[in-house]
Amino acid sequence: METRAIDWWVGIFVLLGIAALVVLALRVGNLSGFAYDSGYVLHADFTNVGSLKTRSPVKIGGVTIGEVTHIGMNPKTYMANVTMRIEPSIKLPIDTGASIYTQGLLGEQYIAIQPGGMPQNLKSGATITMTQGAVNIDQMIGQMVFSKAAGSSKSSGSQ
Amino acid sequence: MAMLEFIPQLGRRALQTVPGLGAASRFLLSSLLSVFNRHFSFQQLFRQIYGFGVRSLILMVVAAFFTGMVLGFQGYYALVRFGATSALGTLIALSLLRELGPVLTALLFAGRAGSALTAEISSMKATEQLSAMEMMAVNPLAWVVAPRIWAGIISVPILCAIFDLVGIFGGYLISVPVLGVDGGTFWAQMQSNVTFSGDILTGLFKALCFGVVVTWIAAWKGYTARPTAEGVGNATTLSVVTASLTVLGLDFILTALLFS
Repeated sequence: METRAIDWWVGIFVLLGIAALVVLALRVGNLSGFAYDSGYVLHADFTNVGSLKTRSPVKIGGVTIGEVTHIGMNPKTYMANVTMRIEPSIKLPIDTGASIYTQGLLGEQYIAIQPGGMPQNLKSGATITMTQGAVNIDQMIGQMVFSKAAGSSKSSGSQ
Repeated sequence: MAMLEFIPQLGRRALQTVPGLGAASRFLLSSLLSVFNRHFSFQQLFRQIYGFGVRSLILMVVAAFFTGMVLGFQGYYALVRFGATSALGTLIALSLLRELGPVLTALLFAGRAGSALTAEISSMKATEQLSAMEMMAVNPLAWVVAPRIWAGIISVPILCAIFDLVGIFGGYLISVPVLGVDGGTFWAQMQSNVTFSGDILTGLFKALCFGVVVTWIAAWKGYTARPTAEGVGNATTLSVVTASLTVLGLDFILTALLFS
């Protein structure tokens, strides 16, 4: 085979390898910064974010419309402050609510947005005020066991 | 009686193996360092990358595609019982990036390119071409062996990256359009659980180690083959067997070191 042709093929081969690495890094790994880069920013304060992480999805009715970009702590209110980036085509009314739910029993946590009905929309950098934090299953089981125990002791006392 | 023969044979084996390993290490090191030798030619290196890398590409792509598709089916079967099919993307990506990509690339490379390398070098030896080079004051390590070993070291990680990508694509094709896993969850779960340095680069580092080991074994088996027709055949078989077993053993050690 001609040397020039070999050089071409080897060049293409190396480029293919680099391209594969770049695609792996951006599409498979979490190095992609441009997924929702063009989106606008919203904040929300939660009492408890559970195991929400950066890059967790933000959804309306199960459809992903953005992602969590930062989770911090508000030092004045001691609330967890979540920053998220929303797709620019999705406009949210100002009475929109946000809750943290879990996908299935063991799945990842995500932010579910409940859109409101007001005519004005939230602007970039605005804060969602109506929030509901992650449900702590341990706490719920504890409460249930406690109320059950209290109920049964009351009924045994009346007999 | 047989026992009495066995013990000295064991000792003889050990006495052969240890200096053999030393000689093989010296062979590898002087081959790698002979890039600085004036007989090392980059044109030869490119020719070998073409032979090893470019011409293995179709084999790798087909193998990766089917591996990914099988992973998709098999992973779905296991995960659907727990209602955890959202983790299918993570399962496919991590299996391929960490283990299957590097190991299968190395095994296929040993069969496709390693065997050819051994056969080439050993038949050059059998027809006394290597001795002829030495007579002409051409270093056969620099002219014949070094470009081939370097070509292997360069080709295997590139092939592995392509293998990973094609495999994940194959897994995606089975999971999302065929089995009906949600496409968004598939990629999102994958992205949130795969790290660039921890999984992707470590997998490619493994592939690099395998590239060194496979080409080293192949070149050494060819270089030390008995210079007969039978010797060439034996060396080629032994090269593929030894390289494959070494890759599997080394993979265990690397996994224990890198991912523990």
